[in-house]
Amino acid sequence: MATAIEFNHVSKLYRLGLVSTGTFREDIKRWWTTQVRHKEDPFLTIGETNDRGTKGESQFVWALRDIDFKVEQGDVVGIIGKNGAGKSTLLKLLSKITAPTTGDIRARGRIASLLEVGTGFHPEMTGRENIYLNGAILGMTKEEISRKLDEIIDFSGCERYIDTPVKRYSSGMRVRLGFAVAAHLDPDILVVDEVLAVGDAEFQKKAIGKMQDVSTSQGRTVLFVSHNMASVRALCKNGVLLENGIVRQTGTADEIIDLYLKTSADSELRDHLSTTEIQRNKNTLRELEYTEVRILNDVRNVSTEEPLIFNLKFHRNNRSINNCQIGIIIRDEFDNHVGSYYSQQLALPSDTNDFEAKVVLKNHQLAMGIYRINFNLSLMDFVAKCKNYDIVIDAIQFEIKYLDKCHHIPFAHWPFSGRTSYQDAEIEIYPLKS
Amino acid sequence: MSQDTHGEWTTIIKPKESLLSINLKELWDYRDLCSLFIRRDITTQFKQTVLGPLWFIIQPTMTVLLYTVVFGNIAQISTDGLPQPLFYLAGVSLWGYFSGCLGKARGTFAGNAALFGKVYFPRLIVPISGMVSGLLNFGIQMLLFGVVYCVYVFGGLPGGDMVSTNMTALLFPLYVVMLAGLGLGFGIIFSSFSTKYRDVALLLNYVTSLWMYATPIIYPMSTVSSQKLKLIMQLNPVSSIFEGFKYGFLGAGEFSWTGLTYSFTVMVVLLFLGVIIFNRVQRNFMDTV
Repeated sequence: MATAIEFNHVSKLYRLGLVSTGTFREDIKRWWTTQVRHKEDPFLTIGETNDRGTKGESQFVWALRDIDFKVEQGDVVGIIGKNGAGKSTLLKLLSKITAPTTGDIRARGRIASLLEVGTGFHPEMTGRENIYLNGAILGMTKEEISRKLDEIIDFSGCERYIDTPVKRYSSGMRVRLGFAVAAHLDPDILVVDEVLAVGDAEFQKKAIGKMQDVSTSQGRTVLFVSHNMASVRALCKNGVLLENGIVRQTGTADEIIDLYLKTSADSELRDHLSTTEIQRNKNTLRELEYTEVRILNDVRNVSTEEPLIFNLKFHRNNRSINNCQIGIIIRDEFDNHVGSYYSQQLALPSDTNDFEAKVVLKNHQLAMGIYRINFNLSLMDFVAKCKNYDIVIDAIQFEIKYLDKCHHIPFAHWPFSGRTSYQDAEIEIYPLKS
Repeated sequence: MSQDTHGEWTTIIKPKESLLSINLKELWDYRDLCSLFIRRDITTQFKQTVLGPLWFIIQPTMTVLLYTVVFGNIAQISTDGLPQPLFYLAGVSLWGYFSGCLGKARGTFAGNAALFGKVYFPRLIVPISGMVSGLLNFGIQMLLFGVVYCVYVFGGLPGGDMVSTNMTALLFPLYVVMLAGLGLGFGIIFSSFSTKYRDVALLLNYVTSLWMYATPIIYPMSTVSSQKLKLIMQLNPVSSIFEGFKYGFLGAGEFSWTGLTYSFTVMVVLLFLGVIIFNRVQRNFMDTV
């Protein structure tokens, strides 16, 4: 297979902050060193890795650094990564919207990029006129558009409005019309940014179908950026994972997606939350409240067989409360409620207001994957009315990583329509020793 | 360069291009886009108006009336003995076209940032299409000029006998080309300089509005008596075009081959420099705009 696109050590440097007098000074300095003294650009050397979350030293960041990979002809490559990983910058370089700082990109064939649908629509012009205008902006000739006009109108589903100015269209109709034009481009290489996430469900299905059609039956090379892993999985053969402006990994789409999901969850694995970090549900009485929650297992590495052991500290604000129940609710990475445990009513020792509880959940029955836990403090009174004293949200995140025995339980086989109510547990409350 | 055996690379995107790599073929490939931009400019100009294209005529008529009252009657500025409406109409139409080209080109980067940020096409298409779409407006004003001309010359209105047309009027197409070229040249240079520092845009706004008064529109060149001032006026490359036009069609004005050659040279140099600078800026302007 021939190579369709080749990225050769491509980097892109961006300047942070505002353009102002300071920038002007830098420009003079840059011009002096590079043009007059013929030395290397002084600002190129001080760029930092593009990590959105951390505070940097330098005003310059590498939005992309040393990107080097090839795309085969006819391949459909998904580019994934977190916000700010450099996906869109990469597409912008390839679409010639802005030039790389160093390195070069080589490609074979006509490149069409779809970074937005309906680019250049003029609100005063009719749908038909805008099809021509938008098509030409995307690189089609008038003759090509005329040839496909009926198809485009049909695909957009806006036939009735086609001679009405676009300003009267609903936003959904505008998107449909824009995508319809783009879908009828005939490039050798198609570059698509997150544009399929718009429109209604029916149209999204149609759009994905069209994309599949373009890539599989017509054999075009497609670069596709999306946060929607399902559509990446459906469309792409291969994937590239970007992280802070560098290529973390290339491989098949499935491998890359799994790696991405794992890394994005990995960074959030945590075994405890202290008072200041705890996030709570606001609609609680707070007569009892958690001060610290902790899991004693290794959150990165929990087996299917080992009991989950929790250490929970809480404080009593209202002395008249003598009993409570402790609840533990486990959710999976898609936020499905998969299991819960509610203790019996437990008597609280009266000689202190600070307590510690140790909970051991045996036989948790969780399959491999990533889970989050909410903790409750509540009391079910005689009229079966539940008083919620405190609910801590997503306090702990852990991963069930390996099997002790051949004991993988698929979600579908869980009792109680996917939820487990744990019975096999030990719980013990004692005064907190300071 | 490439080790690959499957034919040449068709696109190579590099950090820097040589100064003169202007891709005329690419510009030609996008000619349909250019014509659609022109159509867009023309058709959307008077959408949802009752008078529609009549506005093409109303605008210059009102300006000329105003000039006749203010400059002609109150300030009593000479018009070289020519009928005032005819004199002003000539200047207003020519200036309208020139400043239209200049304005369109000047706003290329700042006004199209959103579009340029999403899709690539040769950026020069925008100022070029602006230059062409301005021709319609200009053409209609020239028709109006023709009508007023006929009314004065053949209708025997006072001052009509002062008007004499000569062979240099045949240079008219050249005048139009020069106005367009100068407008485009200045415009794309201004536009390139104002992408990063908006100060330039603010300064240029001011400069273009003053420029009109440095051009013989409301007064003829002959009224400038100081030789020094006259020399400065002649450095303005559009002056000779205005004077040449008025001389050719109306018979009063300072026609000068030297002046026209100077203007033409300025136009060629400006266009050349302009395209080079514009080309350089367009590669990275999205990062600083």
